[in-house]
Amino acid sequence: MKLLTHNMLTSHVRGVRPGGGFPLRIQATEVKVSNVDFNQEFVARMIPKVEWGALVEAAESLGHLSDLPPQLPPEYENNEDFLKKVHHVLLEVEVMEGVLKCPDSGREFPITKGIPNMLLSEEET
Amino acid sequence: MIEIQTQMSERAVELLGLPDDWPCFLLDVGCGSGLSGDYISEEGHHWVGMDISSAMLDVAVEREVEGDLLLADVGQGIPFRPGMFDGCVSISAVQWLCNADKKTHSPPKRLYRFFSTLYSALARGSRAVLQLYPENSDQLELITAQAMKAGFTGGVVVDYPNSAKAKKFFLCLFVGTAGALPKALGAAGTAAEESQQAKFTNERTRFRNAKGKSVKKSRDWVLEKKERRRRQGKDVRADTRYTGRRRRPRF
Repeated sequence: MKLLTHNMLTSHVRGVRPGGGFPLRIQATEVKVSNVDFNQEFVARMIPKVEWGALVEAAESLGHLSDLPPQLPPEYENNEDFLKKVHHVLLEVEVMEGVLKCPDSGREFPITKGIPNMLLSEEET
Repeated sequence: MIEIQTQMSERAVELLGLPDDWPCFLLDVGCGSGLSGDYISEEGHHWVGMDISSAMLDVAVEREVEGDLLLADVGQGIPFRPGMFDGCVSISAVQWLCNADKKTHSPPKRLYRFFSTLYSALARGSRAVLQLYPENSDQLELITAQAMKAGFTGGVVVDYPNSAKAKKFFLCLFVGTAGALPKALGAAGTAAEESQQAKFTNERTRFRNAKGKSVKKSRDWVLEKKERRRRQGKDVRADTRYTGRRRRPRF
């Protein structure tokens, strides 16, 4: 699971407060760094959609912060160095094994082979 | 099979009407082994795939697809923050939501949950193109009704409506735009042209023929009767060129 996907995932267990299922806490046991082609436009377009605080927190918990600032800097569109760092964190760092934990209900979603298991049981839907 | 899948993905992405200038972020519902995703990656877009089958996702991992994968049941809702995706494609997946695999499953409810969460996960002005194989028209109506209930606009585009094999249903849904429904392939407006004028023929139809049964003692009547008796499990001679012929007068 890439951190971009993590930044968009919310928990959908029954009874979670509105907006309470985000961000899912990552407890990773295996992290992989792969190579993905850098596309400046795509990264610049995705940044407004990303919850910056959640991204920084997730990257820090995995030990791949890569010098991301705690606040989103102004005029990042043409700052290639910064976009490359964001690209690395968003698309190249992948959680292969571990657990995602819902901050509200405490429900745990296991990650195996890089695929989070978001299946719910009947009572949770 | 793979070729058809790729063709359908191609058509689905075309129906999405994505801008050419920048890469988009798409959701693939029921991505399976990631065949449709391959085409999306080729087009330079990024995607996230969801599927309920871990076996299919394992195949996708082995094939090293570029998108991120998620094991989830879309009937339980799409677990993403609002407004994240620039579009959604789905190839031959949504009709499965019409099945109740468990006693507690209610297809209309699961469809509504799918569409309402999909609606919120898509950005305003984006589209969802869902290719599906409905079992009958009731099923198609159920799916469309739930989509409209969730707030989508749009409708069904049927490619090659006159062909049994190439006929394809695409449910094209719009989020917050009143776009015109795209044109279907192979239909080419011929149906509309034909319906504008009534058809005339000089042929007279006999009342007896019009009823749907063949004229008695004709070859067709004999063949039909033989077929009927064959279906009843009776011993019937094979059809030959002599079947239903009149005998010579001096037999």
